[in-house]
Amino acid sequence: MSKVFESCAEAVADIEDGATVMVGGFTGRGTPSQLLLALREKGPKNLAIVRNDASGGWKNPIDVDILIEAGMVRKVITCFAVFGSPKKVSLLERAAMDGLVEVELVPQGTLAERIRAGGAGIGAFYTPVGVGTEAAAGKEVRVIGGREMILEHALKADFSLIKAHRADTLGNLVYRMSARNFNPIMAMASRTTIAEVENLVDVGGIDPDEVMTPCIFVRRIVPTGKVA
Amino acid sequence: MIIMGEMMSDEIMARRVALELSGDCFVNLGIGMPMLVSNHIGTGKQVMFQAENGILGVGPRAEPGMEDKDLGNAGDEHVTVSAGASFMDSATAFDMIRGGHLDATVLGAFQVSEKGDLANWKLPGRKLGSYGGAMDLAAGARKVIVMMKHVTNDGLPRIVRECSYPLTAKNCVSLIVTDIAVIKVVDDGLELCETAPGWTPAQVQQLTEPPLIVRNVSSWPLSVS
Repeated sequence: MSKVFESCAEAVADIEDGATVMVGGFTGRGTPSQLLLALREKGPKNLAIVRNDASGGWKNPIDVDILIEAGMVRKVITCFAVFGSPKKVSLLERAAMDGLVEVELVPQGTLAERIRAGGAGIGAFYTPVGVGTEAAAGKEVRVIGGREMILEHALKADFSLIKAHRADTLGNLVYRMSARNFNPIMAMASRTTIAEVENLVDVGGIDPDEVMTPCIFVRRIVPTGKVA
Repeated sequence: MIIMGEMMSDEIMARRVALELSGDCFVNLGIGMPMLVSNHIGTGKQVMFQAENGILGVGPRAEPGMEDKDLGNAGDEHVTVSAGASFMDSATAFDMIRGGHLDATVLGAFQVSEKGDLANWKLPGRKLGSYGGAMDLAAGARKVIVMMKHVTNDGLPRIVRECSYPLTAKNCVSLIVTDIAVIKVVDDGLELCETAPGWTPAQVQQLTEPPLIVRNVSSWPLSVS
């Protein structure tokens, strides 16, 4: 069966109520905006979102806050919940204050590592980041190698929405510059990874040495730009 | 009321911080004021800047019209890359940070305690804040330099006995560069190392909550001011 989907709408059609969805990107770079728009259109409720920045406010106008605004989200796991001036209240913070959305705040490197662990079949790991802070609340602490460390659990999801610069029709992916960020690790951490791609080429069109995400991690591809 | 000297500008603070970054080092600059430091690295130094969104070798900001949509720093600014730069995913970027591979990080702060505790991610009384990469940088970089104004907008000390703001990391700061002084975190407390032009140690102490250790205080190097 071909992995190539004609439209973002078809690619997200089976994301149902209650799903856990990882969303790649950092600010607008590497953010799958077209898939996010399609998901908003489809409108599942009670989603749990895993995303680096969920504060809105960056220059990118299409971000996970469009799902929060649409009332589709029950939980957000993120490291940016407020943005810019610390006095400004974000859409996410407002929703959290109103009791509409639960927020789990995670240090950025811990978030990345929890996602990588999820994709790598590792259950949990110890890290020194966050010791003695709110980020350690309720977590097991152990001294390893003379240093206090906290136990952090892996993250997995039902779907990952990611963005790549180039894909072949098998789903081998290449990212460009700083648009790579969370996309390769999120590609590994879900049952179904859906990649929005700027350029689609035939099999053999990407040198095996250049592949950044091997096709085994990618279920669906939606070309939103050039098709070679 | 004691008449105080003039507070140094952000650019002058950035120039003072830059002096701390000696040749051949890898450095991450926090979002906001610390990013100014990259403009003041002297020639002949091989400082390579890391951005936690996946760049090793961040160059100057992109000229208008030369921006690349896929190339930005962690503060969402269009940047360039320097010779020898590389891109990586977020997990690898934080391996560099958590794994102790960065020589230094420069971070902004709300408060620093006399033990070198850092608070910079959340205002008291707020429901939420943003960790970003600050907790990872504070725990992982070999040297944590804080760059901040010496007092709050209301004139309250930011250098305090105990942080009243939520902590980013305990006992992590090694140097504090403010708009009036350079202060080192040492075993027995905070040592005042330099005062900005027009400031005496006594005046700096007045705006600092814990007692400062005064041994050898010098003026900021002339090249800075």
